[in-house]
Amino acid sequence: MASLTATTRSTVLASGRRSRDTNLSSVVFLVGLWASLFFGVVVLLVLIVSTAIDALPRLDGPLVTDYYSGIRPEQTGFRAGIFGSMWLMLGTALLAVPLGIASALYLEEFANRHRWYNKLIEVNLQNLAAVPSVVYGLLAVAAMSLLGFNQRGIVLGGAIALALLILPVVIITTREAVRAVPREIRDGSMALGATVWQTTWRQTLPSAVPGIATGTILGLSRAIGEAAPLLLLGVAIGVRFDPNGFLSVFTALPLQIYTSTSQSREEFQTAAAAAIIVLLVMILGMNALAIFIRNKFQRTW
Amino acid sequence: MSSSATTAAAGSPSGAGLQPVSLRGRRRPGEAVIKGVLFVSAMISVITTAGIIVTLIRPSLDFFAEVEIIGFLTGSEWAPQRGVFGIYPLVKATFLITAIALTVAVPVGLGAAMYLSEYASRRTRKVFKPVLELLAGVPSVVYGFFALAVVTPWLLQDLLNLQVGFTNALAAGLVLGVMIVPTVASLSEDAMSAVPLALRQGSLAMGANRMQTTLRVVFPAALSGIGAAIVLGLSRAVGETMIVALASGALPSTSLDPRDGMQAMTGYMATTAGGENPVGSTSYNTLFAVGLTLFLITLVINIISIRLVRRFRQEY
Repeated sequence: MASLTATTRSTVLASGRRSRDTNLSSVVFLVGLWASLFFGVVVLLVLIVSTAIDALPRLDGPLVTDYYSGIRPEQTGFRAGIFGSMWLMLGTALLAVPLGIASALYLEEFANRHRWYNKLIEVNLQNLAAVPSVVYGLLAVAAMSLLGFNQRGIVLGGAIALALLILPVVIITTREAVRAVPREIRDGSMALGATVWQTTWRQTLPSAVPGIATGTILGLSRAIGEAAPLLLLGVAIGVRFDPNGFLSVFTALPLQIYTSTSQSREEFQTAAAAAIIVLLVMILGMNALAIFIRNKFQRTW
Repeated sequence: MSSSATTAAAGSPSGAGLQPVSLRGRRRPGEAVIKGVLFVSAMISVITTAGIIVTLIRPSLDFFAEVEIIGFLTGSEWAPQRGVFGIYPLVKATFLITAIALTVAVPVGLGAAMYLSEYASRRTRKVFKPVLELLAGVPSVVYGFFALAVVTPWLLQDLLNLQVGFTNALAAGLVLGVMIVPTVASLSEDAMSAVPLALRQGSLAMGANRMQTTLRVVFPAALSGIGAAIVLGLSRAVGETMIVALASGALPSTSLDPRDGMQAMTGYMATTAGGENPVGSTSYNTLFAVGLTLFLITLVINIISIRLVRRFRQEY
């Protein structure tokens, strides 16, 4: 397999010197690299296939139409979690997207890079991107009590935690999309007398929309699987109604998966596997949408 | 901003005799307001960091008013229900699990990065990069389920015939390693792709083969970027919660045997947060004290990573 790729590869490097790559240590090395690359594919396949096999007995209607039941685990459903996660994503998007785009536009189009406070924002963003997600849960607990909400586990609290969590991702991808818009478009707009903001709003931002949409959806697909911050927020598990607004008590799908997984009864494990399939389908759907937007609308200059 | 300033400067001398045509342009106070609004949005991220620090420190101070800080940092027993708070078992579990994770993620991630950067054709790259992204997109709670339902019973107990319990650090570490492979791989690939082609051509011209070029020229040249990738993976592993909470168990332990179950810092936070913690109670404050410790550890790691990235950017 290794020698096959060694002969069919098409790079400019060393195209006439393939013979040197066929000694023993090189081949072993290449096989090692191949194995590393395939490791991820194999694990992903095993994960999906084994979970699907575990889930098979429960891939039925009640799984998505019924509410969580601790007494009859063989009939438990994740309806409240699915709706809760959707509300949560809506709230997260409404908070993170405008903030993220505004921050990115400031940093790319307006900020003077040499000012100390702009440097501070840059370094701070790099650090925030790697802050553990549980910590955002603690932050949201404090933010909610600061805003005067006494009710634990409402959609708004979860949305604040997740929005702050994905904000660095949204900012970084938006900046890349904005940066990819050629200088000439801005120069042309400015030469016709537009101000910096008019140029940004009418030229740069519309051209960057596909890139921003892709990055935002990928950020949201990361947020939808997060359970740790919600756990710290005290989000409930056994909610038996659909949330009806941002101030509604809710539960989320990943949290219900966590709880079902920690139960010892076999039926809960099966239900957890089935819920994982639902969650993975949602995430794959979001990823597919992002890839579709990227391929369909993204322009290359 | 700068261009409007230059037109204004150029406009005043030439427009001196001709009143109606002013190149100065209208004053636009709205422009400054918009810039201000955007600046405030960008400052939200700084406020978030400040908020995290304030949030963590206040309950932690209450906690350390009750519990001696020296005992917290040096004690080797963690039994909150008996009022014994020595954080060593939690920190040890976190770092043991992280070490196992890096043992998996560093070789696999670097191997994949080297292949993608130095060997892969355009098409191979196009196929495998989304797979890596997908691997990064799997939620951690799903990885936790995978560790409990597949890795422990099937890989560790049946295939490798190890005497491990239902929850153990080994399964948590291995799965955590899989989870951070994409982080290590994609950042190291960026670092290696940034190495100028001329270095490779020079090496090949001297008669080195591709393996020698990869290992002795590209790898050392990209070393600080690769270092940053590994450090960032380390930071992810230390802060990861759901895998550790599910697969590694909820019992604090001083054991160094990865086959044992042990509670990590994030595992403690997840388990405790599931129960009732009224604001101001000791269990509530303990959460924040452990959270502060975790935040400080990841902060130090992140600063190292940011420094490394800066060095590798300056190189070329």
